[in-house]
Amino acid sequence: MSRLMLWAGLAFLWAPVILMVAYAFSDSRTPYLWGGFSLRWFEALWANERLLEAVWLSLRIAAASASLATLLGLVLGWVLARHGPFAGRAIFGALAAAPLVLPEVVMGLALLLLLVGLQALTGWPAQRGALTVWLAHSALGMAFVAVLVQARLAGLDRRLEEAAADLGAHPLTIFRTITLPLIMPSLGAGWALAFMLSLDDVVLASFTTGPGATTLPVYLFSLLRRGLTPEANALAAVMLSGAGLMLLLVLGILALRRRRVETPPSRE
Amino acid sequence: MIRALGWAALLLLVAAPLLIVLGMGFGTSVPGVPPVRPPIGPQGWQGSLESWALVLSDPYYHAALWRSLLLALATAGLCLVLGFGMALGIAGAAPRARLPLLGLLLLPFWTGFLLRISAWMGLLRDSGWVNTLLLDLGLITAPLRMLDTQGAMILGMVHAYLPLAVLPLYASLVKRDRALEAAAADLGASRARVLADVIIPLAAPALAAAFLLVFIPAAGEVVIPALLGGPTAMPVGRAIWEEFFQTGDWPTAAALATLLLLLLLLPVAAFQRLAAR
Repeated sequence: MSRLMLWAGLAFLWAPVILMVAYAFSDSRTPYLWGGFSLRWFEALWANERLLEAVWLSLRIAAASASLATLLGLVLGWVLARHGPFAGRAIFGALAAAPLVLPEVVMGLALLLLLVGLQALTGWPAQRGALTVWLAHSALGMAFVAVLVQARLAGLDRRLEEAAADLGAHPLTIFRTITLPLIMPSLGAGWALAFMLSLDDVVLASFTTGPGATTLPVYLFSLLRRGLTPEANALAAVMLSGAGLMLLLVLGILALRRRRVETPPSRE
Repeated sequence: MIRALGWAALLLLVAAPLLIVLGMGFGTSVPGVPPVRPPIGPQGWQGSLESWALVLSDPYYHAALWRSLLLALATAGLCLVLGFGMALGIAGAAPRARLPLLGLLLLPFWTGFLLRISAWMGLLRDSGWVNTLLLDLGLITAPLRMLDTQGAMILGMVHAYLPLAVLPLYASLVKRDRALEAAAADLGASRARVLADVIIPLAAPALAAAFLLVFIPAAGEVVIPALLGGPTAMPVGRAIWEEFFQTGDWPTAAALATLLLLLLLLPVAAFQRLAAR
């Protein structure tokens, strides 16, 4: 029964995606009519400069905000896991978790009003654009990284660090040589998650962006509001292949590692 | 030092924006850039209750709030039922099959949110994939109207949020103690009985978490109503969006956002009481 639901659910998730990828190769101008095999929409995608510019901007913002989010998330996760009960800890925790549960539209409006207020008080930022989207996406991403880092730190064996301290290692050395490598998986996962969140976000970017800085989702949203475009199918095919390749890579690495763990070299 | 840095990030990027939204609800809409007079100026308090009075009295906003809650409830309910079945299926699969199955669950998630919504637009429109198929099969004589309906919105939202429900449910179900189910079965309980009396009660915290994880973003959803719900579908997220981008009435947008937050605090508080118990 649950197996049936699993496959039904996966079919439901995949059906629209598969249709879209299939019709990316259709020659028809209407994105949902079959007009014979053709690669023209991939060519159109490649020739669409506004779209390519939006992709490039989105990738840069995603990488930059994932990096800032990882840094800030590490700080938040560290304080939550290691600083014990301090004054205002409940508020600290609630604020760190808030971006996880706030509806995007509320967070977008809030961040925009902050930017407008900052500008009125200090003159900075003079105008909204890539920089302000970067800040907004970092604010969202840091909450996700903080959860991952906190969970990882809570599960660490403290004795490793205590042993290093007993042997006279400087706290910074301990962090660099012991703690950081141990929490690296959570930082990597957090970075990837923040990257994906940024790349996929329409709402925060719409609120906090300005003229001349159109991210890919903002561009697509304006296209789709006017109707469908067959280039969307081609773009979906490209993104799915990219994501699929990354997944295969990760699964491959995991499988290799597992094999290494399962079959230790014989001692004979 | 580290903690001060943490506080600075949280106060600037989370606390200050939320407080400003709270305050802006008491601002006044004026022509100009920005199109608003803040509630506190050089001469002290200059706020007004205009926007709050509007939001609390106008049936347009009541309908928007009510519809979003129903929409979010329907989405979260469907995600919970389908997601529980799927999570049970993945947890029940052979251990080496679980990771690839999770990959299959998440991979469509990575094609991009907007592109998946555009696929539903192509599926549901009058001349779209589903209607063409049904017409060709002779099952209908005129296209069914599916795009720009309540159903289309719910379908799109379940599709977008389903993995968010599956993940916490899977994490809880895969760790469960199967001896309890074996014991219940040995004592003569049917499979339905085991599910209802053993598996579901033990997964209650995960069910509540999955519900909230879907319900809260769904209650504020903007994009799916705009693309699949048609011009008249105006749940509160989209109403806030329109107030801000179309009408340019920032105080009303802020008051509406505050009201939405207050309403969402109720299920979150209920969940925390449940978790504390």
